[in-house]
Amino acid sequence: MFGWEFPPYNSGGLGVACSGLARALAKENVDILFVLPKTLDILEPSIRFLFAGLENIKFKGAKTGLSPYKTASQYSRWKKLGVDDIYGDDLFAEVLRYAALVPGLIAGEEFDIIHAHDWLSFPAGIEAKRISGKPLIVHVHATGFDQGGGVHADSRVWRIEKEGMEEADAIIAVSEFTKRMIVDRYGINPEKIHVVYNGIDVDLHGAEGGVFQNVRNFGLKIPGYKIVLYVGRLTLQKGPDYFLRAAKRVLEENPKTFFVIAGSGDMERQMIRLSAELGIAQNVFFTGFVRGGDLERLYHAADLFVLPSVSEPFGITPLESLIADTPVLLSKQSGVSEVISHALKVDFWDVDEMANKIVSVLRYPPLKNELRRGGKQEALSLTWQKAAAKCVMLYKRIVDILSKPE
Amino acid sequence: MCYALQKNRGYFIKTRVSMLSICAYFHVHQPMRIKRYRVFDIGRDHEYFNDSSETDLNNARVLQKVARKSYLPTNEILFGLLKRHKEFRFAFSFSGVLLDQLEAGFPEVLDSFKRLVAVGRVEILADTYHHSLAFFYAPEEFERQVRQHEQTIKRIFGVTPRVLRNTELSYRNDLALWAEKAGYLGIMAEGWEHYLGWRSPNFLYRPKDTKKIKVLLKNYRLSDDVAFRFSERSWKGWPLTADKFSGWVNANHGNGNTINLFMDFETFGEHQWEDSGIFHFLEALPQEIMRHPETTFKTPSETVQAYETVGEFDVPHILTWADTERDLSAWVGNDIQRSAITAIYGLEESVLETRNEKLIEDWRRLQTSDHFYYMCTKWFGDGDVHKYFNPYQSPYDAYIAFMNVLSDVKLRIQDNRVRRKPVRPLSKKRVRAGSIH
Repeated sequence: MFGWEFPPYNSGGLGVACSGLARALAKENVDILFVLPKTLDILEPSIRFLFAGLENIKFKGAKTGLSPYKTASQYSRWKKLGVDDIYGDDLFAEVLRYAALVPGLIAGEEFDIIHAHDWLSFPAGIEAKRISGKPLIVHVHATGFDQGGGVHADSRVWRIEKEGMEEADAIIAVSEFTKRMIVDRYGINPEKIHVVYNGIDVDLHGAEGGVFQNVRNFGLKIPGYKIVLYVGRLTLQKGPDYFLRAAKRVLEENPKTFFVIAGSGDMERQMIRLSAELGIAQNVFFTGFVRGGDLERLYHAADLFVLPSVSEPFGITPLESLIADTPVLLSKQSGVSEVISHALKVDFWDVDEMANKIVSVLRYPPLKNELRRGGKQEALSLTWQKAAAKCVMLYKRIVDILSKPE
Repeated sequence: MCYALQKNRGYFIKTRVSMLSICAYFHVHQPMRIKRYRVFDIGRDHEYFNDSSETDLNNARVLQKVARKSYLPTNEILFGLLKRHKEFRFAFSFSGVLLDQLEAGFPEVLDSFKRLVAVGRVEILADTYHHSLAFFYAPEEFERQVRQHEQTIKRIFGVTPRVLRNTELSYRNDLALWAEKAGYLGIMAEGWEHYLGWRSPNFLYRPKDTKKIKVLLKNYRLSDDVAFRFSERSWKGWPLTADKFSGWVNANHGNGNTINLFMDFETFGEHQWEDSGIFHFLEALPQEIMRHPETTFKTPSETVQAYETVGEFDVPHILTWADTERDLSAWVGNDIQRSAITAIYGLEESVLETRNEKLIEDWRRLQTSDHFYYMCTKWFGDGDVHKYFNPYQSPYDAYIAFMNVLSDVKLRIQDNRVRRKPVRPLSKKRVRAGSIH
């Protein structure tokens, strides 16, 4: 399995998904050789804690500068910082260099299936398939179009993604939303694509114990005031600007509302400027990137979580919010809206409707309660174990098909 | 009582004839659905029911479709049946909300109903005007709505209802008691085993603590065979023909007086589409049923006059036709539904005080049970019926529109109060200030 960083070193949903799925697969008695693009000692305590008791998972680190949320230009800037010469000149060279490391990584290893997460690892996956002759499954957590706000994709990324999808024996998409995109934008046969929804590790949330008790001490939790929460990178894809424009409309109706934006990204300055331009800066709080106990605290303190994404293949954060007893408003352009019915849903561009629904939750307590009760139940039923069981079925089917004489 | 000579073990003996009658009523109702009404509309837009989109929130559009697919062709068939079979008779139960809509925009459809009633063998049942659950939340309001319904039926059709049917077939002992006091001959309820026990719904019963009134119980198996299962190909009864159905009905000879078939009028052509053969079924049914010489048709009031009760019907808790629970849980089963219905009835006194007819009528239209049905979250798990009838994308959307409209109604009530307040000299007002509250 070619995957990405695990919590707490992750900076987004992909790492969470990789570790959640790997843990659950190991519990399903799948032996995993997990390749991580990591220079760190991968047997460090947090990973050992995460995989405690799971003997059938083995890690290998590959020294590479790849990281799932680095854009091509960010990679170039990083490279110019004068890091080690071994890394590729640009992101795309680095992706190929990673693939070139594969023979060394898999030499002497036995496996039946290659499972590669997202495009940066597709060339490595293809290389592993070429050497071993084993079937390849590519797992699509996001496409270049998502990063491009649903409309455009970097053509170089697109080519690598398309090649991976074509070379793969099967594709796993994290939602019907993503499956449609793979069919429409990459011209892939839908029969080859299997939807496996992400899950949530309930034991990891709330496992940190005492932190929740601090919720009442959370600075913005003032009687009479409501908190609306955004958690995500501040990028075009996530729609933070729509969130702010809705906030403006909400404040016209409900001045006693705070909007908390947890996350960082290339639009951060632009968003701070926008909140000033809209005249709502005194009600909007930018916390920067937040994780762990601080994030849990935000989830618990909020009255409503909003996912305003322009294009969201899945979206794990709403599940985290629901587990923390806070209801969610979801963009219809998201995978998670396919699996949570006890949620408010809105087209991301419909700022008025977004504001209408936010105000309604703040104004009508029974609405908040009903959404919270039903939504939490649904979130709790979305386990990684379910996702892993689907993957195992797919593994078996692929191995069976390929082992039959033609 | 009716007697005849019947051959028994070779002897002719005088025996009570095993008469069986079919008592059918068709419920005709379309709600005034609330348009998408946002918080920003509160205080600015007082028209709640005038959606003009291409969605099913557009009331005129829905009614047009239902009239074309169901009401008009079915009325045509029923008229022909009444002409051909002098014994054929049945009843309608109209909501006032539907009649309002027909009068406002569909006179030809209203005429087609009038033509049937004019034949003289079509009864009309008493109902709440606004298809509401007022009996359980605001009994006086319930009485006003029943009265308003009666007046409208009298005005449009020239008849006065004598048998009561409450919204969603909802029923409880105290409703029957009320109906008896109000002078009704009969009342309708679901023939559910939970209250019937081993007894058959095909007899009349005496509601608990009443003396004269009789309750007619819906034979839900035979009713639902037509209303719900008719086009269900996986059902063992499929395809259901008039011949087959008549056989099932006539099998009840000797084990009942009346087969009460209660169903939505939209069963014909809307719930069961034309291509399912539902119209052919209806067209052929009376003739097939009357092939048995001792089976006939009766209207509800004829039925209660023809037969005696055989026992007591005791329903201490609310009974409805809906779902497996046969209770109100489809309407007030979750928190948002309960909060919405409590909020609307909480306005009773203050809205009536305004004496603003338009405002009061809007408030009443918001009581229509459908609004609460659309907020049902039960179907997320299993029920598909609920989803099929929901014009909103989600129960939460229905709730938001409803509560926003309610906020506007509250503003209008306040507004009316301010305007109606008589102007008093300042000194007088001061004197009274302490004593008012």
